[in-house]
Amino acid sequence: MSLQLDFPAVLERWPSFLAGAVLTLELAAFATVLGALLGTLAAVGRGTHNALISGACKAYVETIRNTPLLVQIFLVYFGLASLGLKFSAFAVAVAALTINVGAYTAEIMRAGFEAIPRGQIEAAEGLALSRLQIYWHIILLPAVEKVYPALTSQFVLLMLASSVCSQISAEELTAVANYIQSDTYRAFETYIIVAVLYVILSLVMRAGFWGLGLVLFPRRRRLGTPL
Amino acid sequence: MQQNTSSAPIVSLRNVQKSFGPLRVLDGVSFAVERGEVLALIGRSGSGKSTALRCIDRFEKVDGGEIVVCGHRVDRPDVDLRALRQDVGIVFQSYNLFPHLTIEQNITLAPCAVKGMATARAKDLARKVLAQVGLEEKLHAYPEQLSGGQQQRAAIARSLAMQPKVMLFDEVTSALDPELTAEVLKVIEQLAADGMTMVMVTHEMGFAKGIADRIVFMHRGKVHETGPASILTTPTTPELTQFVGTGNLKS
Repeated sequence: MSLQLDFPAVLERWPSFLAGAVLTLELAAFATVLGALLGTLAAVGRGTHNALISGACKAYVETIRNTPLLVQIFLVYFGLASLGLKFSAFAVAVAALTINVGAYTAEIMRAGFEAIPRGQIEAAEGLALSRLQIYWHIILLPAVEKVYPALTSQFVLLMLASSVCSQISAEELTAVANYIQSDTYRAFETYIIVAVLYVILSLVMRAGFWGLGLVLFPRRRRLGTPL
Repeated sequence: MQQNTSSAPIVSLRNVQKSFGPLRVLDGVSFAVERGEVLALIGRSGSGKSTALRCIDRFEKVDGGEIVVCGHRVDRPDVDLRALRQDVGIVFQSYNLFPHLTIEQNITLAPCAVKGMATARAKDLARKVLAQVGLEEKLHAYPEQLSGGQQQRAAIARSLAMQPKVMLFDEVTSALDPELTAEVLKVIEQLAADGMTMVMVTHEMGFAKGIADRIVFMHRGKVHETGPASILTTPTTPELTQFVGTGNLKS
């Protein structure tokens, strides 16, 4: 039994790998930004006293958290198609990933909101700030800071999970790998390279979130202490 | 409904009722605070004094009775909360500074966001109110870099920046050691000397005696005894006698 690896045969397809990696990063970037917005709104919605809004947010979160991502992607993909709506595979992938990560973000943000002491909100109310101003100035940033590690892990996880978008022929990294290995018959080499590329993408995202953290949390940057 | 001519009290409670479930916390509480007056609410834990104070700023909704604060009918469901709270400043036992903001940002936030004050003017104001509490050098510090006493003084400054007509103090020194308590009380004393109308819940009997124009002693949800500070030395009811006699009256 001998293992013979022929990397050059696969590596000569590097422009395709690069294009796939870039698309994966784009998918992750769009879904992260949109998912963060959706998830935060869902977390706020779940905390409201309006039973209808709160119930709808809870149903959304629970549905998504208890179904596989691949099934969600197919539901969006075929659902839109059966409504006669045509979108690119990229757009469908972004939509499905956003809906997916939004649910997890909602749960994480809810934990962040609940970690804000009641006294903070009373102090803000006592200063005559409006509800919206309190959410914006007093609750949101400290809540994000408290759950930032969990939140960013979730977004990196989302990037990795985006590999299943290959199933709807979005041309991201795993889809590219599938083509290349069926072309070159060098499956093992191909997926080793892809695995390394995913590691690099993860490190890029983590570095990005670290930098964003420095901008978002000046107090932490100056004092180095957790909130 | 701005009916606060100079003769009308700034704060008035009339027969205020409040229950938490089956527990009757306020059982027909009445008192009034005139402009420039310092009123100390004293009593045992659970006597209802903190609840009474919180009702003034509508952190608790009353079940019955009438509360008028700077012309606002606080007992009514349609009271304009944000207008009320621009007239009333409140300082809490646990400071509640916003930990992610510098002291300056803590102070300028409400004047800018609520009153639409320009940033430069708000920063000038922050310097002014911090000077009032002796903390000018802490302008750019974060709350956690301050001692408890300094945090409480910063919280007072934050309240002052909204230029309230009346200040409420809810056991503001209860979390502080005697030395830090003294520096906070000094600030409050200065405010009183400047003519600020104040209602304070306090366990510092010596301080209450020194600063308060009037004492309201609460017992079991009722105003049990009320009068000038001298009632602490010559109480007429057995309950107040016992209360001031149990070592509460520090020299």
